Amino acid sequence: MKSLRFLLPLLLFAVLLMFLWVGLSLDPREVPSPLVGKPAPAFRLARLDDPAKTLAEKDLHGQVWLLNVWASWCVSCMEEHPVLVELSKQGVVPVYGLNYKDQRPAAQAWLARNGNPYTLSIADPDGKVGIDYGVYGVPETYVIDKTGVIRYKQIGPVTQKVLSERILPLVKRLQSS
Amino acid sequence: MRWIFAAALAVLPVLGLAKEAPPAAEDPVLEQRVMHLAKELRCLVCQNESLADSRADLAEDLRQQIREQMKAGNSDAQIKAWLTQRYGDFVLYRTPVKATTVALWFGPFVLLLAGLAGLLFYVRRRRARVTRPNLTAEEQARAQALLLETEKGVNRPDAAARG
Repeated sequence: MKSLRFLLPLLLFAVLLMFLWVGLSLDPREVPSPLVGKPAPAFRLARLDDPAKTLAEKDLHGQVWLLNVWASWCVSCMEEHPVLVELSKQGVVPVYGLNYKDQRPAAQAWLARNGNPYTLSIADPDGKVGIDYGVYGVPETYVIDKTGVIRYKQIGPVTQKVLSERILPLVKRLQSS
Repeated sequence: MRWIFAAALAVLPVLGLAKEAPPAAEDPVLEQRVMHLAKELRCLVCQNESLADSRADLAEDLRQQIREQMKAGNSDAQIKAWLTQRYGDFVLYRTPVKATTVALWFGPFVLLLAGLAGLLFYVRRRRARVTRPNLTAEEQARAQALLLETEKGVNRPDAAARG
């Protein structure tokens, strides 16, 4: 009984410490998206390379694909860019780019300079489709399955670690299902 | 030299006036409604600011969306639902009460009650421990005398030690 009296505060302190520790490792910028598990919002947007042609999310049904939100003004996009270029060379999964609130010439110049990892990019100059997808911090990347359901959302740059530990295993599982 | 400074300072506010006033909203009533709703919504870019206060691009876009939806005749609740569908409950400064937020809403009260219960338990136990001694009339008188002496300073322990 006596030892409990001394142990109890220590135990409570340990619990508190655990909570604080977990709190430290959480990133407040990563707001869980309510869209995960829901159908990808519909869009029909002009292509970046050819404004006369459009792409809709329906056109991509039947395959697993990544939607990467990027912009030429986005600094962190540079950070993930080599990872995406490398991924596109492997040809495991198509990456579609949503060029968010950007200008066509600037975006095209950016791709020419840094390499183009995208199967296709579509332009969302006023950011309306971005809002439909709950975009609030570029870059963001979505994994969308064969039936057009969003299965994962990466907020911030895709790192090699995130790609090999989360995105690629998920893509493989979705492709084989 | 000082006069030049004074003159410059005197002219400064006038120069400030020369700045053009920002264009007034086309519809002040609508604008007020937009701002009223935007105050209850969180900007996702600068998370400690409301959509009404934030100057982030996204906040501006979202205010524009709210404006358009209000013009289209949507209610505040509809617009809030539209936003939570995209950004989750995080956009709402007033967290809704539901299964996942029960701990958030009622946790503090539970903790408060637990604290009060603990305090009550502790105080009761302490009171139970302090028992009144049963003294005979004679002992009572002696105790009274001792206490009186102590008060007068005759029988102070420190005085005794010195003596």
